[in-house]
Amino acid sequence: MVEKETLERYWRETKKNMLIILFIWAIVSYGAALIASSLNSIVIFGFPMGYYMGSQGAITVFVLLNLYNSIYQNKLDIKYGLAEEE
Amino acid sequence: MAKEAMDAWRAKLRKIYGIYTGVFVLFVVSLWIFETMGLDPKFIGYAFLFGTIGVYAAIGIISRTSIVAEYYVAGRKVPAVFNGMATASDWMSAASFISMAGALYLQGYDGLAFIMGWTGGYVLLAVLIAPYLRKFGQYTIPDFLESRYGGKLPRLIGIICALIVSLAYLVAQITGVGIITSRFLGLTFELGVFVGLAGILVCSFLGGMRAVTWTQVAQYIILIIAYMIPVVAISYKHTGVPIPQVMYGQALQVIEEKQKQLKDDPKEVEVREIWKKRAEDLNQKIKALPDSWAKEKSELEEKIKTLPSDDLKRVEAEKALKAYPKTPDEAKEKWTADMKTAQGMSKPPKSYVQPPTDSKGIINFLALTFCLMVGTAGLPHILMRFYTTPTVKEARNSAAWALFFIFLLYFTAPAYAAFARSEILTNIVGQAFTALPAWATKWAGVGLITIKDLNGDGIIQFAEVRIHADAVVLATPEIAGLPYVIAGLIAAGGLAAALSTADGLLITMSNAISHDLYYKIINPNISPSTRVKIGKALLLVVAAIGAYIATYKLAIIVELVAWAFSIAAATFFPAVVFGIWDKRMNRAGAVAGMIVGLTVTLYYLIGSRFYGLDWFGIKTIASGIFGIPANIIVALIVSRLTKAPDSEIQNFVDNIRYPKGAVGAGKEE
Repeated sequence: MVEKETLERYWRETKKNMLIILFIWAIVSYGAALIASSLNSIVIFGFPMGYYMGSQGAITVFVLLNLYNSIYQNKLDIKYGLAEEE
Repeated sequence: MAKEAMDAWRAKLRKIYGIYTGVFVLFVVSLWIFETMGLDPKFIGYAFLFGTIGVYAAIGIISRTSIVAEYYVAGRKVPAVFNGMATASDWMSAASFISMAGALYLQGYDGLAFIMGWTGGYVLLAVLIAPYLRKFGQYTIPDFLESRYGGKLPRLIGIICALIVSLAYLVAQITGVGIITSRFLGLTFELGVFVGLAGILVCSFLGGMRAVTWTQVAQYIILIIAYMIPVVAISYKHTGVPIPQVMYGQALQVIEEKQKQLKDDPKEVEVREIWKKRAEDLNQKIKALPDSWAKEKSELEEKIKTLPSDDLKRVEAEKALKAYPKTPDEAKEKWTADMKTAQGMSKPPKSYVQPPTDSKGIINFLALTFCLMVGTAGLPHILMRFYTTPTVKEARNSAAWALFFIFLLYFTAPAYAAFARSEILTNIVGQAFTALPAWATKWAGVGLITIKDLNGDGIIQFAEVRIHADAVVLATPEIAGLPYVIAGLIAAGGLAAALSTADGLLITMSNAISHDLYYKIINPNISPSTRVKIGKALLLVVAAIGAYIATYKLAIIVELVAWAFSIAAATFFPAVVFGIWDKRMNRAGAVAGMIVGLTVTLYYLIGSRFYGLDWFGIKTIASGIFGIPANIIVALIVSRLTKAPDSEIQNFVDNIRYPKGAVGAGKEE
C-alpha cells in the first residue's frame, strides 16, 4: 500500500509538470498562430517564421515536450518509489 | 513478463521487422528493375496490392488467437516503440496520407490547422491520459467510464458515443480503399471495396487486437517509406538537395513571388471576371429555384428530341441530362457548391504563408485546431491502444513514440504541398495549352486536375487550373518524372493507411457491442471463449454494414469524419480526463456533461450544415468548440451540487495515478 502523503507529493509534482507542458503546448500553437503575421516578417532560410511555426515548428516542439514528459515522469516514479517492479 | 523475457521479446521484434523492412525495399527495387525491363505497369500495381495484402493476411494468420487478453489487448506485451508505430498507423488514415498535403496546397496557412491539430492531441494524450489508462488496465473506454463513475449509464453513453464516432470514420476508410484500388488497378469501386475488406477482416477476425497491432506496425513501415520517396525525389529535382523538409523554404519564396506577379496580370484578371460572371449566373439560378431547375431540364430534353441522333451536340446534351440534378434540392446543393468554387476562383490567389487577416478567419483557425487536438485525444480507437503496452511507463513512452512516428509524415507534408504549388506556378502557368506535360493531361483525364482555356487565349492562366486535394500526393511521382513503380508504392502506402485505421475502428466497434454491451450489460455469464466468438461474429457484421454504406458513395462521408473529432472531443475527452484528474467528479456530473456535450455539438453540427445556424461565425467543422466547454462547465457544476464519490472510488482514482502494481504483461486474464 502506498502512503497517502507520498502519493500527494508525487501528484503535486506531476500536476506542476502537466501545467508547464500544456502552457508551452498552448504558446507554440495558439500563441504563435495569433502573432503569425508579424512572425512572418522574419524569414530564415526561405521560411517565413509565422508559417514555419504552424507547419513544422509547433509539431517539433510537441515531440520534444512528449520526450521531456517521458523522461521527467519516469524519473519521478523512481524518486517516489512508485515505479513498477521489473 | 520477467525483464529478461521482455528484452528477448524486444530483440526478436526488432529482428523480425528489420528483416521485413529489408525485404520490402528489395521488393520495390526488384519491381523497379522489372519495370525498366519492360514489365507492364498493370502488373506492378497488382504486385503491390496483392503483395502487401498478402503480408497483412499472413500476419493475421500467424497472430490468430482466442484468448481474451490477447484478443482485446494483444496480451499487453506491445513494447513502447512498436505500440508507437501501431498507434501512428492506426491514427493516420487515407485523409492524412492522401488528402492532407492537398489541403495545405489549396488552403495555404489555413490548412496548417490540420498539421497542428492532428499532432497536438498527442501531447494531451501523453500527459493527461495514456499512462493512467494503462494503470487502470481493462479493455475498453466504456470499461473505464463504468469503473470510475459507477453504474451502467456511463458505460451505455460511452458505447453510443463510440459507435457514432467510429462508424462514419470506418465508412470513410472503406471508401478510401475502394478509391485507391479502383484508381490504380482498374477494378470497379465495389470490387475494390471487397478486396480491401478481405484484407481488413483476415487480420482482425483471426487475431483481434493482437493481429491488428502487428499488422499496423507492418503497415506503418510501408506507408512511411511510400510517403518519403517521391517528395525526396522532387526536392532533389528542384533544389539539388534530397531533404525536402529543409529545402521547401525556397519553394515558398517562389510561390509568394509568382503569386504577387499574377495578382494584376491582365489575362488573369480576365479569367477571374469569367468566374465572377459564372458565380453570378449560378446565384440567379439558385434564387429562381425550383423553376430554373425545371426549365433547364426541359430545355435539355427538348434538345435531345429535336437534334438528330448522330449530332455531337445531342450526345453532349444526353450526357448533361444524365448528370443533371434529380430534384430541385439536389440542384440547390450542387449549384451552391459550384457557385462557391466559382467565387473562390474569381478572387486573386491569397498569400500562401499569411494567416487569415479577419477576426472570423482567425477564430475559426484556432477553434478548428483546438477541436482536432482535443478530438484526437478522445478517439476511442486511439485511446484503446494504450491498454496494450507491458507497463505504465511504456504506455507513456509509446504516446511519445506515436507522436514521433506521426511527426515524420506531418513534418514532410508541407514540403509536398509547397513543391507541388511552385511546380504548377512555374511550369504550368504561362504555358501554351498544346504544351501541357503528360502528367497534367493524364490526371485531367480522371478529373483530379481540371485545366480549361476559359478566355480562349491558348495560354494557361493560374485561375484556369483547378486541383483536387488528392492530386497533390497521387500525381507527385509523375510530376517529378519518377518511374511507375513509385506510383504503385504510393497506392500501397495509401492502402496501408486506410486499412490500418479501418482495422482499429472495426475492432473498437465490435468490442463496444460484444464486450461492453453484451458481456457487461446483457449477459455477464458467458464463457471467455464465447466472448471472443461473439466479438469475431460482430466484426463481420460491422464490416458488412460499413462496406454496404460505402457503396452508396455519399458525398457527406468526408465531412462526417471531421464531425467525429468534434463529437469525441465533446464527450470522451472531458469524461476521461476528469476521471483521472478530478477526484470530486461523480457520475451525475460526468453523465450530464457527456449528454450536454453531445447534444450541443450535434445541434450545431446539423444546424450549421443544413439550417444556416451561425454562432460567432464558427464553421461546421469546428462545432466542438461549443460542445467541449458545455460538457466541462455542466460536469463541474452538476458534480459540485451532488454528492462526492464514495471512498472506494476515491481510492480507485488514487490507484490509477501511480504506476506501481499495474496488471502485468502476458497474463491470462
